[in-house]
Amino acid sequence: MKKALLSSSLIFVFIAYVLHVRILGAEAPAFLAPQSSKTSVALSLPQYNTNTQTASPKPKPTTASPSPARPPTQNNSAPSTPVPPPPVVDIGKYKNGSYTGTAVDAYYGNVQVKAVIAGGKITDVQFLDYPQDRQNSVRINSYAMPRLTSEAISIQDSNVDTVSGASFTSAAFRESLSSALSQAMI
Amino acid sequence: MKQIQIIMGTPVIVEISSGEAKQELFDEVFDYFKYVDQKFSTYKEDSEITKINKKQIKEKEMSEDMREIFELSEETKKLTNGYFDIVTPNGSYDTSGLVKGWSIWNAGKILRKRGIKNFYVEAGGDIQAMGRNEKGEPWCIGIQNPFNKKREVIKKVFLPKDEGIATSGSYVRGAHIYNPKDKNDKLEEIVSMTVIGPNIFEADRYATASFAMGKDGIFFIEGLEGFEGYSIDKKGIATMTTGFQNYTNNNNKQYA
Repeated sequence: MKKALLSSSLIFVFIAYVLHVRILGAEAPAFLAPQSSKTSVALSLPQYNTNTQTASPKPKPTTASPSPARPPTQNNSAPSTPVPPPPVVDIGKYKNGSYTGTAVDAYYGNVQVKAVIAGGKITDVQFLDYPQDRQNSVRINSYAMPRLTSEAISIQDSNVDTVSGASFTSAAFRESLSSALSQAMI
Repeated sequence: MKQIQIIMGTPVIVEISSGEAKQELFDEVFDYFKYVDQKFSTYKEDSEITKINKKQIKEKEMSEDMREIFELSEETKKLTNGYFDIVTPNGSYDTSGLVKGWSIWNAGKILRKRGIKNFYVEAGGDIQAMGRNEKGEPWCIGIQNPFNKKREVIKKVFLPKDEGIATSGSYVRGAHIYNPKDKNDKLEEIVSMTVIGPNIFEADRYATASFAMGKDGIFFIEGLEGFEGYSIDKKGIATMTTGFQNYTNNNNKQYA
């Protein structure tokens, strides 16, 4: 009886392993039991395929589903002084108002930001100065790409929920913002 | 309700539509980004990625999250024909091209797990939208003018189906993206590449890779089903994929 129980549980474990590997891909070690939470947490991802009409070797996008967040428990070992020190701007208690940071020399111009505090929290970060290495003149160019539509860009109203743009994780940005927020500290 | 914290050297914004917003939700999401920053920041001496680069941590000893990022990088490199690579010109690893989109996506999953349906999570201009905004409409996102210092909008899109939107460009940090196939390629022709995809992780990695492709990038996105793109060249001429215009008018309002 004990033997039968043991062997059936072994078979069950094997089946579970096979299913796991098939569902999640072979990259994850199967013995990591909490993997089952992965599927329950994951949002339903729309499926998509590559367009087969285009040239060049087809990449085959897989619907990657990053694992659920883990609590920040790991990697607390041996604190050493960060070099260069990243100006970590932590949310603290701030006074309401607008605070302008110092203008900081960036790669090809100055960066200066203004932090807006409401209800003790940062509610907006605005650029007052910003490096411009590109010409501002917008002129119509005659080249047309096959099939795809082109247009000259034009400024729209800013009635949007938020804005997508290239990230501004520059040291100059951090520095100007830090100086703005230090003024807001209670 | 909207809150901003500066993490990973960039503003992280969480907006949750009214009714669902609670302070502990914001705290949980910001704590998660701080954890990610601590692990993946190449600016931090004691981060795991820094230790890997200094050979203080061997590949076998990587944490589960780090291993996942390395695997996703490998996958992304293949999917983009080598245009996405976490190995920098000097030979060290820089996972930031993948980690931002990945962590925004995970942050979205945290909120979903808490039962929150209407929100967006943004880090440094990359956004995961979910559900509807305050007005019950699809989240409306502006594409930033790459030629101006202010957050000027040059195009508006609406995200009706929980899409992610990411923009890669050379206009803010200088050339922070390079062409892995030609390290001398200055990528000056295209200044901004916006990609809308089924989630922010996908949108972000394809925005990065297609930007590295220069003028060919928009055609690469055109060939990917489920993705749309909007590229802007240095003369201010935008080129869009054929389905991009489906996102530019708020047709889906009635389904809200």
